[in-house]
Amino acid sequence: MRVKYVLSEVLVGLWRNVTMTIAMIITMAVSLTMLGASALLYLQANEMKDYYYANIEVAMFLKSDVNDEQRQALDQQLRSDDLVQDYQLETKDKALEKFQTLWRDTPDLVNSVSAEQLPESFRVKLKNPEQYEDFAVKYRDAEGVDEVLDQRELLEKVFGILNSVQTMSLIAAIVMAIAALMLVGNTIQVAAYSKRREVAVMKLVGASNWFIQAPFVLEAVAAGVIGALLGFGILVLGKVFLIDGALQDLTNLLTPLSWDNVLLMLPFMAGAGALVSAVTAWTTLRFYLRV
Amino acid sequence: MIQLENVTKTYPKASRPSLDDVSVGIEKGEFVFFIGPSGSGKSTIIKLLLHEVAPNKGKVIVNSKDVTSMRSWKIPHFRRSIGCVFQDFRLLPNRTAYENVAFALEVIGKTKAVARRVVPEVLELVGLGGKEHRYPHELSGGEQQRVAVARAFVNRPLILLADEPTGNLDPDTSIEIMRLLDRINRTGTTVVMVTHDSNIVNQMRRRVIEIESGRIVRDQPRGVYG
Repeated sequence: MRVKYVLSEVLVGLWRNVTMTIAMIITMAVSLTMLGASALLYLQANEMKDYYYANIEVAMFLKSDVNDEQRQALDQQLRSDDLVQDYQLETKDKALEKFQTLWRDTPDLVNSVSAEQLPESFRVKLKNPEQYEDFAVKYRDAEGVDEVLDQRELLEKVFGILNSVQTMSLIAAIVMAIAALMLVGNTIQVAAYSKRREVAVMKLVGASNWFIQAPFVLEAVAAGVIGALLGFGILVLGKVFLIDGALQDLTNLLTPLSWDNVLLMLPFMAGAGALVSAVTAWTTLRFYLRV
Repeated sequence: MIQLENVTKTYPKASRPSLDDVSVGIEKGEFVFFIGPSGSGKSTIIKLLLHEVAPNKGKVIVNSKDVTSMRSWKIPHFRRSIGCVFQDFRLLPNRTAYENVAFALEVIGKTKAVARRVVPEVLELVGLGGKEHRYPHELSGGEQQRVAVARAFVNRPLILLADEPTGNLDPDTSIEIMRLLDRINRTGTTVVMVTHDSNIVNQMRRRVIEIESGRIVRDQPRGVYG
């Protein structure tokens, strides 16, 4: 009976102040969407780092006039280098092959390039990709070396962009969360005020504190969870229509965004929404329902 | 049953204490009037007994429990042993007489079945048989106060506190309410009533404790308003 009472109080409470409830749910939804997007980006960036760093190479381009002696000297040095895990020589023909697959959609460009125009290079895998600097200093000025290029630098830029997008959505999430919290606090105050007579009688006859507070707290939690469901819906739509849809060409560069990660956001967002609402409501009640 | 020991209560920002070193004992089953002019501190006693406010000094003991040192989460349960009636009735306007009384049971976890058995009984006791389904605005002031008494008594409390229960009622209705409180007192319930209605005090001839400026100036068994 008490559960039924509390639940019906929650429904009545949400309905009594329906515009405020809707405002609360919308801000919650937007805030939690941002939070979810930010968390997804974080997971995604980590997966990408693991993936790319595992496959990362340093390219050591050779001068076009490099001779066999210099090439062999470099080969010797790489073989005995402690920093190096693995390496191979990419000949001009191999470079052309790679170039042709990479630009296969633009035959004009492919046809205009011959193997002679492309540089030879050593493709080097380091034991620890972080030690790139040490490696570059060693070989930069060696005989026959034109340039030492770390793919990592390029990736760092990509990750830098991802990171700032993640930070931005996190900031947006926090700003919206503050608005949502104020709305929750305000809604609870209004609810407590409109039920002040009932609350006064309940205190007088000795209803327990949780019984007095539960309907208010659950009202906020319900709004938080509904907001989280809406936010999750927005994320799913985003995945279907943006990531897998309109932006597919762009997102092919990144590792694919898995449904597992998206689904993981549902408990995360619902939990965050419910917890934050409950704490806010409860704190508000500490001030407005002195027992 | 009730024991105040050297109780001093000063409200924040007040220049002098509402109660100043007050000691008084009330036995089980007694009927006690607290009288005195407005602002003398009578109502503070009710608030202390309910633990709505805590004393600055001294001890408040109710049902042999020290209320002053009671943990706040225990207060709701403690209040179930005390019934309370006020000058302004404090009924819920959107609930019928029956629902108002049942509400007090339901919010402390009693089932609807218990309410169905107990509520009509207590409404009958206060003389509202047949008016269970009227709303407060459909009842006279005296009838509303009867609903309030029924609500206070439905849990069979050990103590009934009444803060100016006749303050809003005409003399005849007041007497009826007093008869009702007297009947409740005869069931063994301790009744503590704060009032400045001299007619009633003089008619009842019960223990009278007079307070003035926060001090007890008179404590007389079978007293009059004076």
